[in-house]
Amino acid sequence: MEIPHAVKPRPDTGLYNAKLGIWLFLASEVMLFGGLFSAYILLRVSSDLWPHGMVSIPVGTFNTFVLIASSVTVVMSWASLKLGKLADFKKYMALTILCALGFLSVKSFEYYAKFTHYDVWFKDQATAQKYFTAAYGEKGEEAARKLFVERFHLQNTKATYDANQVQIAGHIEGNPLFATLKKLTSAKKDTIQFTPDAPSGTHEHPKAIEVKLSDVHRLSAYVPAHSTYFAIYFTITALHGLHVLGGAIVLTYFLLTSDKWWKKNPEQLANRVEVGGLFWHFVDLVWIFLFPIIYLL
Amino acid sequence: MQATTTTHPQAAHSHEEHHDPGFLRSYVFSTDHKVIGIQYGFTALVFLMFGFLLMICMRAQLAKPGEAIPIVGKLLESLLGDVAKGGVMSPDLYNAFGAMHGTIMVFLAIVPLAFAAFGNYVVPLQIGAVDMAFPRVNMASYQCFAVGGVIMFVSFFIPGGAAQAGWTSYSPLATIIPTQGQTFWIIGMVFLITSSLLGAVNFIATVIQLRAPGMTWMRMPFFVWVQFVTAFILLLAFPPLEAAGILQLVDKVFGSSFFLPTGLVISGKPYDISGGGSPLLWQHLFWFLGHPEVYVLILPAMGVVGEVVACNTRKPLWGYKSLVYSVLAVGFISFIVWAHHMYLTGMGTKISTFFQTTTMIISIPSVIILTCLFMSLWGGSIRFNTPMLFALAFLPMFGIGGLTGLPLGFNFSDLHLHDSYYVIAHFHYVVAPGTIFALFAGVYFWYPKMTGRYMSETLGKIHFWGSLIAMNLVFMPMFFQGLYGMSRRMSDGGATYALANPANEGVVTALTSTVIKLNVFVTHAAVLLLIAQVPFVINVFMSMFNGKKVENDNPWDATTLDWQTPTPPPHGNFTKEIVVYRGPYEYSVPGHPTDFSPQNMPDPKPAK
Repeated sequence: MEIPHAVKPRPDTGLYNAKLGIWLFLASEVMLFGGLFSAYILLRVSSDLWPHGMVSIPVGTFNTFVLIASSVTVVMSWASLKLGKLADFKKYMALTILCALGFLSVKSFEYYAKFTHYDVWFKDQATAQKYFTAAYGEKGEEAARKLFVERFHLQNTKATYDANQVQIAGHIEGNPLFATLKKLTSAKKDTIQFTPDAPSGTHEHPKAIEVKLSDVHRLSAYVPAHSTYFAIYFTITALHGLHVLGGAIVLTYFLLTSDKWWKKNPEQLANRVEVGGLFWHFVDLVWIFLFPIIYLL
Repeated sequence: MQATTTTHPQAAHSHEEHHDPGFLRSYVFSTDHKVIGIQYGFTALVFLMFGFLLMICMRAQLAKPGEAIPIVGKLLESLLGDVAKGGVMSPDLYNAFGAMHGTIMVFLAIVPLAFAAFGNYVVPLQIGAVDMAFPRVNMASYQCFAVGGVIMFVSFFIPGGAAQAGWTSYSPLATIIPTQGQTFWIIGMVFLITSSLLGAVNFIATVIQLRAPGMTWMRMPFFVWVQFVTAFILLLAFPPLEAAGILQLVDKVFGSSFFLPTGLVISGKPYDISGGGSPLLWQHLFWFLGHPEVYVLILPAMGVVGEVVACNTRKPLWGYKSLVYSVLAVGFISFIVWAHHMYLTGMGTKISTFFQTTTMIISIPSVIILTCLFMSLWGGSIRFNTPMLFALAFLPMFGIGGLTGLPLGFNFSDLHLHDSYYVIAHFHYVVAPGTIFALFAGVYFWYPKMTGRYMSETLGKIHFWGSLIAMNLVFMPMFFQGLYGMSRRMSDGGATYALANPANEGVVTALTSTVIKLNVFVTHAAVLLLIAQVPFVINVFMSMFNGKKVENDNPWDATTLDWQTPTPPPHGNFTKEIVVYRGPYEYSVPGHPTDFSPQNMPDPKPAK
């Protein structure tokens, strides 16, 4: 028993089964990411403060180009099959997979940097000022305020957020991953060595300061629990990353079995690559939306 | 009535070569749409019974709050521990059973039975296809469903028990309950959603790509149309729930605050979270699926009723085209009515009015469908067999369910009725004596095709009358309880209200003792309903072995292609090439030799 139109298109629809199937699947994917993007919009418009510049634009731009390049190479690999050039197919497909891996490695470095970067919120403003001075010297409060204004783009608002201004960002000695106040206190620590971020406009980190945990109200790495910004950032990018990984695995499978399929049924191999390529373009397209809303806006 | 006398050479050849693939390949990891349909059907019927038994336990608790549950109380205690101490159901256990009753009935019983089971078995047969477009995807769909079902079932036995926040799982409640039941629920749902998506892609591709020659869109049986539209609803409405599930999972496991607002205080203590989230976001994402899901539950049922009614009235469905366009309209409009579940969230009168309007608009095509089915009965020579009885009962029962939904669709009357037993009565009339009756009709109707034997008519009629009477005795009183203001989520059935205010007896604002006493009555009726299912269970199993054998491959004298196959249909379905010459319901055509003209029958040659 053979399923009709598994390889040859059905005349009245002009599609073979898998091509229709992947378009339907992509429609559901649009709704999945659409739901997440709607969540992003709703969370952002209903928030008082939304941070900016938390992720590096040059790194994001580089990754965007990597993904766009991979979309080009995946089309080239499909076209090579259609032209009957198996060797070219392999070359372009390998390039596509390399791009995917490159994208994922860059992303994992970005993630790691976030997991070891901390915000500390102090109990009250008086305590906070004490630490601001320790970190940034005489005009510590102003330096901290400047960082705060920059992060939340408050230049154009008259509103003051003094009550929120009890936070300082930086790294904890030993670069622990995912530390929280609860974890640190249950590890019997009273103080931590904290290296604050560079003041606005410079790249020179101040010297490490000693922070008493009893002065701390909340401490969080840049993880989903940190804020809704990081929560939505990690959720969408991780789900997108899983799509990249899944796509790369399937494309690798196509590459490794291509000799066998080339002998058996070259048209079906081309169809498979076309369907995989459609998925790959979709993954790329999601990133084209993600890049501006996460990195630029 | 042979469509063509030439046997398709290739089909016959491959059939002979077909070797026995072994037990595992033929029954567990099968790629045959009929086996997968039966797998889905059997699993779903088991879950249907399981979900019903959960409810029987809850009803026992509601009738006699604080007393041990008869018969199964001890068993619950030994299985679940302290939550059922002494056989008494604790409020936590009541919440868990309530949440899981809803989840199981919707996602593990009705949808799999209505969409996956009947759809899988019948749709490829009715369009003249050899199988689904993607048989292995079809298998994966069932495997995902089974895994999801196991996860849901296992969650009863983890410490703290299953999810307790209702089938709607509203945050923050769902997130802050300190047990892991909700985590299991979300992961189980992700599997069930994946299963539905795989199924939906497969159904749509099959209907578009694999229709037999001559099977044009307007020659497709009504059942195929409803499955087609249902598949689109599942395809596009489920992913936002998956998105919501992912967000709630991140909230629960990684401590984020997607659905948790700033300043959340739990049991008098500030909750240690970043805040900034929105509980309403969950409700929007949930109901964006939740309402289309209602049509996923009801459309396949309407399709089954359409098939059964056409065959058993021996005349074409009245208004076939109106039915098709109405189903398409329902499919589209179902995406813009969701917030009528949220009138009480304070979303504003303008938005309420919009959703109230769309809700009233969607009732129009629904009424057209029901009217067409009613009109189809007019002038028919009706055969009152068991499938037809269930199909006939569906019509008024669904009518009651639909009409009682109107006061809930208007935001002003919903203010009073929201979250009361009235809501329970309304949607159970739609789903229980509505959809489930239609599905019973489907089981009795297609059973002879699946097994080659009829189900017992006597047992079937006992099942039907018992169920019809008991269903109404269960759900009709709930309308009155709800109108009196009885809340749907009270583990003691609202007795606390009445006990707290003995002086208020007879005052409209307090629950009267009559309302409370109705709980006992409803529980007895529910037990009657349980007893009425016994003949069905016996019938399903006994008829496999000693039911009356079918006389031929088309025992109901039906016109659609599912009856023009061998019984049961072999792998590959058809032994001859199928060409379709006519519409789906050509019954009693003047001048034709029989009162049914199968779709693959060429026009008789004009007399010379």
